[in-house]
Order: sequence, then structure tokens, then C-alpha cells
Amino acid sequence: MYDLIVIGGGPAGLAAACTAWEKGLRRILLVERERELGGILNQCIHNGFGLHHFKEELTGPEYAGRFIQKLRQTGVEVLLDTMVLDIAENRTVHMVGASTGYRIEQAKAIILAMGCRERPRGAIGIPGTRPAGIFTAGTAQRYVNIEGWLPGKRVVILGSGDIGLIMARRMTLEGAKVLACVELMPYSNGLNRNIVQCLSDYDIPLYLSHTVTEIRGKSRVEQVVIARVDETRTPIPGTEQVFDCDTLLLSVGLIPENELTRQAGIEMDGRTGGAVVCETMETSQPGVFACGNVVHVHDLVDFVTAESQRAGEAAARYVLSGQKAVPVLEVQAGNGVTYTVPQRIHPDQVEKACPLFLRVNQVYRERGLTLTCGEETLATFHRDHLAPGEMVQIVLTKALLERAAGTLTVSVQEAT
Amino acid sequence: MNYDVLIIGCGITGAAAAFELSKYQLKVGILERENDVATGTTRANSAILHAGYDPKPGTLMAKLNVRGSALAQTLCKALAVPYQPCGSLVLAFSEEENAIVERLYRQGIENGVPHLTILTGEQARTMEPNLSDRVTAALHAPTAALCLPWTYCLALAETAVRNGVQLHLNTAVTGLEQTGDGWLVHTAQGDAVKARYILNAAGVDAQTVHALAAPHTFTIHPVRGQYDLLDKSEGGRVGRIIFQCPNAMGKGVLVAPTVHGNLIVGPDAIPVSGCDVSVTAEGLDAVRKAAAQSVPSLAFRQSIRNFAGVRAVADTGDFVLEEAAPHFIDLAGICSPGLSAAPAIAEYAVELLKRAGLSLKQKTSFLSSRSHICFHQRSAGERAALVAQNPAYGRVVCRCETVTEGEILDALHSVIPPQSVDGVKRRVNTGMGRCQGGFCSPRVVELLAKAWQQSPQEILQDRAGTWLLACETKGRDTSCTT
Repeated sequence: MYDLIVIGGGPAGLAAACTAWEKGLRRILLVERERELGGILNQCIHNGFGLHHFKEELTGPEYAGRFIQKLRQTGVEVLLDTMVLDIAENRTVHMVGASTGYRIEQAKAIILAMGCRERPRGAIGIPGTRPAGIFTAGTAQRYVNIEGWLPGKRVVILGSGDIGLIMARRMTLEGAKVLACVELMPYSNGLNRNIVQCLSDYDIPLYLSHTVTEIRGKSRVEQVVIARVDETRTPIPGTEQVFDCDTLLLSVGLIPENELTRQAGIEMDGRTGGAVVCETMETSQPGVFACGNVVHVHDLVDFVTAESQRAGEAAARYVLSGQKAVPVLEVQAGNGVTYTVPQRIHPDQVEKACPLFLRVNQVYRERGLTLTCGEETLATFHRDHLAPGEMVQIVLTKALLERAAGTLTVSVQEAT
Repeated sequence: MNYDVLIIGCGITGAAAAFELSKYQLKVGILERENDVATGTTRANSAILHAGYDPKPGTLMAKLNVRGSALAQTLCKALAVPYQPCGSLVLAFSEEENAIVERLYRQGIENGVPHLTILTGEQARTMEPNLSDRVTAALHAPTAALCLPWTYCLALAETAVRNGVQLHLNTAVTGLEQTGDGWLVHTAQGDAVKARYILNAAGVDAQTVHALAAPHTFTIHPVRGQYDLLDKSEGGRVGRIIFQCPNAMGKGVLVAPTVHGNLIVGPDAIPVSGCDVSVTAEGLDAVRKAAAQSVPSLAFRQSIRNFAGVRAVADTGDFVLEEAAPHFIDLAGICSPGLSAAPAIAEYAVELLKRAGLSLKQKTSFLSSRSHICFHQRSAGERAALVAQNPAYGRVVCRCETVTEGEILDALHSVIPPQSVDGVKRRVNTGMGRCQGGFCSPRVVELLAKAWQQSPQEILQDRAGTWLLACETKGRDTSCTT
């Protein structure tokens, strides 16, 4: 019997396992399906990671490398090239691997850290033919950075998420011509620094409020048609532009990867696509925790690390001192807020304060985020700028939580 | 090359005919233009074996649908083809449609469809709780089934090959020349093939092949149908195939589970020229709207893929199964219910060959079954045994569908090995899931390159011309890649 099984060896799983070890757990198993630890960071060879956590700028592999080094100094057991197939009753984990064989292991606690995946073409239903040459940005990144192949030479990118922006620069540096980056919304979902460093610096036009309306080409992509969209995101006839290209990259969002979570019967949040969690990152199933992009998609890996350290610590506490039944408050997403993590808080378990993460549904300037309980406003947090692409963090102090008698609601204040 | 019977086209019709003929002491060949079997109409359709109440009584369609669906049940089992006898409902939403349901019922009885019943709206909703409140009546046909068309076609073709049939992929027919005792078949590849008898199973292009051999007797009007495929989270929305009342253009939009546990919605019916399988925003929107009439709670944001297929509709209104020129037999106009009828069409083709003078003698040994390992469908104990026996079954390549390297290697070593990423997908389901190949396609490319001893750059997504990788990155060091 293990104290803890961590599923996933990306940044979330690595941080969670390291912290659980530091907090005193000794029988820890980390299961990773790839042949190496590090997760998707291994293909993110650009810099910009670690500014918050390490106070310096690292590449993805460097960031992962620091945690892999740290993990090697612990006694955490690692199984690579091994995939978890099922989480059964009593935290029994079924896994399979070419050298692992078929193994069934039980644990006192489990941390889910499976990360997320990219939305494919079908999810956004682009009309047209079905030629080769349509890749998600992450798949293209893998071909270029890991496998050493350039998937195309004339490229249009749909979506201005960070991976799409990064790939615009990357493919340009490899000799491809990136013709356009096309974004459905009137603003980019990527980090501002990426718009500047990956598009502007290379004269790649960003078409906001545009979308791809048709893909043309019999065998390989030959043309991509884009058009401007109106306020309802419907293409406006007559605004079409045609690009001759051989490749379309999609950077149209990430989806938390929760097959195992759903299969295990853990309560899900339809808005985040991840499990419902409380302030310790524990799910609806006692002893099963979740952290990182499998819970909600983060902007920065530094935040994933912080969240996963909290999960690792909480899992250690759960194993070492058990769990007491304490009252729980629900947290609701109110006006202008698309989701919150956590969705539940146990005020008695909070030591000094707990962070609350949320996303807003559109761009706001000079607004307050209010925390209310019934009719009473408990606190207002002022923000100069709010955007859907930027995760918001507010800190709920223990004193504040003690004033709450029931469900908490976070909302964007109406314009005054 | 010299054949007793040469089949042109290896979709479901050609494959079923090859399978049937491989039971006899004959030299049988198949010429297929593409680099794989099942690349035309067989590839993109509703994946349904119809009960058989739709076709007009007395037609070939009526006769062969009911017989074909019955044969499919045992055939799918013997050949390890996914088959799910889930039954179907045809919904009525008005008085007039109640009358159509009654007409279909009578037609079904006349066609010999077993166990048909008419349900009230209430009874239908008890059976399928997510049906619309507006449903007034429904025809229940318990013999309708789901299947996997490309596996069905591949299984028939593979079994035919294992029984001695020769399959020539990448071989397009360019001319047919009548000789004293049959035909000389010219191909784009240069080699002429001799055949005593020809079966024309060229699908959407059957008219073109027919024109090489005989005067005009029918016209194919290709009709495109668009589909939307939803995630497995929507798969339980209905347990049966849900049709609406048929109209002039076909059977209308259906909502059905798939053998993989997804949900499929479609098709529309748009006349097109040639093999136009593009998808339009309007078409997809119309399909979704129509489907929502049957099942209002469908969550289309769970869509993982949309696609279109082309049905080869003949202007005769029926299948065209006849000897059009001496020793040249058309198996044409195979639109819906062609998949359902396929094994019966094959039997009929053998009859036509016999009538045309071919003498048939059964083989003494015939391989009538096929096995196929599907890791994720096995129990924990069986999985453990598989991994112990071959570690490649322990390496999961496609996470969404839990497909292992062992299964991909099995396919690569099979009698009709895949030649492209999509060829692998059709055989083992890699890339069929939620991420649509995002994670596994680089691994599949790697395995294909190794098997065919090619550079990854030569590996195709699908048919000829569908290249994937443009060139090496700068300073790529091949010694450090896996």
C-alpha cells in the first residue's frame, strides 16, 4: 500500500510529489505515461517560465529539470511509460506499461495531475474539406521541437492562445512563412508579451474579430478563407480574405483531461472542465486531490506549481493526520465571472488565508470584484484590468471567511 | 496477371463479393484505386444496418436489405467486427407522419422485417426518455443494428485475401477491352490484367467504369451527407437509432449511438458532383437543428468531429445489379441500404456470375473466421496476460481510446497493412477520440516509418498526396531522435 499515488509527471505532478515528500510522506509512487518526466514543458523550449516561482526566466525543459532534480533527491518511486487505466474502489489504481506490465496498486491518497489537451478541429466545426495539414499548435510544436520536422511552410494560425503565438515565432525561425494569426474574439487570449515578442517582432498580422470560414484543398491544405465576425461572432459576408497556404494551426483552447476523474465518479464542474475542489484541492472523493491544468487551465506554470504544492501538502496532512468533518461554504461564480477554483471552502481548515482563482467573461477596466454572502458584501477587490485570458487571484483571509454564513458569490461590479 | 473474376473497387460491395467468391475454387483479384480499402462511401456513412422497412416492396433493395442485415449478424461475429443490435425508432410528429409510420410498418411486414411494432409517443419516450415531447408515434424495429463499416469492409477483404484473393491497391482502371474469353483491363500503373469476368463495384465512379465496357444504362447522382460526431459524454443520450420520417431525399436526419460509444447526428442530402466531401456551415447547422427536433437536449458543444460522405444514388431508384455486357456485371447504385445489403448483394453477384456461365466449385478448406485483439475491451486479467505475453500491449499510444502499440503492430503485420496514419486509425481507432490524434499521431508516424522503412517525411495522413511533414528543422540531428 502506497501513502500516495501521483498520476502525471508534468509540472503539477512533480511539484505535488516533491511537497508531499517534504511534508513527511515516504511511500509515494508517481506514474507518467511518457518516456520522460516533465510533461508538455519538454516541448516548450522558449523562455519565460519561472518568473514568479524562481524569480528568473527559464525555458520549459529547464523549469521541469529543476523539479526533476529535486524529485531525484527524494525517495519518490517513478514509473515512466506507464498509463493509468482506471481508479477503482478504495483508491485502487490500475496501470499498464511495456516494462511495468499490468499493475494494480492501492494508496491512502491520490493526486490527479493529468494536465490538459488541445481542442481539435471538430470541436470548433470549421467547414470545408478534410485535407492533411491541419494541426493543433501543440502537435506542431512536438514535431518541430522534439521530432525535428517542420510540418509546413506557409502557415495560418487560428486562435491567439499562447501556444499558437509561440508557434508563430517558432515556425518563422525555422523558415516557414506565417501569413496570419486569426482570433475570433476582439482581444487575444494570449499573454501580452507573447503578442509583442511572437507576432509584432516578426510582422505577423493579428486579425482580431476574425475566424476561418473555410478550409480548401483536396490532399493537403491549399487555401484558408477567413472573414470578419460581428458581435455575435457570426462571419460577415463580403469580408472574406483568402490565404494560399499549406498548413493551418489551431490554438483554440485547452480542455482538462479528466477521463479517469469521470470514470471514478468524482464530481465535475462543467465550467472548468475539471473536478470540483475545495481549498486544499481535494475532490468530492475523500483522499483524492487534483491540481494543475487537470482542474482548470492555467496561464503560467508558476501558478500550477503553487497550486500543486498546496495539493501535495494537503494530501500529506490527509494521510498523516486523517480528516475531520468541518462545515463547508459553496463558492459561486456571479455576474461576469465564468468560474472559480476552489468551488468549496472549509473556513475551519484555512490557517491564515486561502487564494481564490477565477476568470471573467470579457474585458473590464477599473472594476471591483465583490465577494458577497446573501445580501452582505464581505469585501471588494479592485482591479485596473480584467480579461478572460488572464486568471485572477484574490486572497480570502480567515477573518473574512469567518464572517460568511452561507454561500459566497464572486461577481464583477456593474459599471458605475 | 490472369483472373477468373476481377472486382473493380474495394469498398463494402467489392469486399463482400471478394469474400463470397473466395469460398470457391477461383482465381479472384481486386483492383483498388486508393492506397487502402473502404475509402469511398464505405468510409463515411451512418454506420447502420437497417431493419429493411424503408425500401419499396419488390425492389432489389427491399429483398437484399432484409437478407443482408440477417447475414451480417453472424458474419460480424465470425469476423470480429463490432456489431450492436440496438434497434431503431422512426418518429412521427404529426397526424400525417403517423400515417407514414403506419405505411412503413406495412411495408416492413411485406418486406419480411421481423418484430416490428408501432408505439405511441408515450411508449417511445418510456423507451428513450430524451425524445421530444412532440413525438406522437414511432415505429420500433428491434433488428436494426450499429456496425463499424470500415472494419466490416476490412474484415471481409482480409478474410478474402487470407483465402487466396489478390488485392492490388493503388491500381486505377483506365480502360476495358473485350477479348475472346473475357476482358483485358488496362490500369494507370501500366500492367494490363486479364479477367474472364468483371464485377464493377466502383461506387460513386461505377458509371465511369461501366462506360468503359457497355452502353449507358444508368446515371449515378452523388448525394453528399454531412455528419456531426459528439463526444462519448453524449453517447448515452439515446440507446437506439432514432430516425425521422423519410422524405424525397432519403431517410432524413438520425441520432444514434456508435459502436465506440459516441453519438452521431446526420446526414443531410445535398446533390454534388463527384466525390465532394466538404462540410458547409449551413449544412451542419441544418443537421443539428433537425436532430434537436428528435432529441432536444443534445449538447452540440461536445462535437469532436464533423465529416461528409457521398452516396452513389442511381437514377433507376434501385440497386443496379445486372450483366451489362458479356461477362461484365454491374454492382452499382449502392446507396443506402447498401451497407446493410452487402453480403446479400455478394450472394446475388455470385448468382449473376453463375447465370453468365461461370462454373463454381466450393473450396474444401475455407477460413471463415478472423480474430482481432482490442486491448481496452479486455478484462483486467486478460489485459495482464496480454502484456505479459507481449510488452507492446502495455504501451498505450492513443490515450483517448486506449490503443496500444501492440495493436498497431498487429495491424502493420496484417494481410492488408495500413499505409497511412488514417489507415492505422481505421484499423485500431488511434486518433478517434477527443483529441483527434493530437497526442498520438507523431507516435503513429514513427511506427509507420519504422514498419515501411521510410523516413517520417514520406508518411501520409491518408491517400496519395496527403503529406504531413514538409522538411527537417534546421540542423536536425537524426542520431538523437527516437
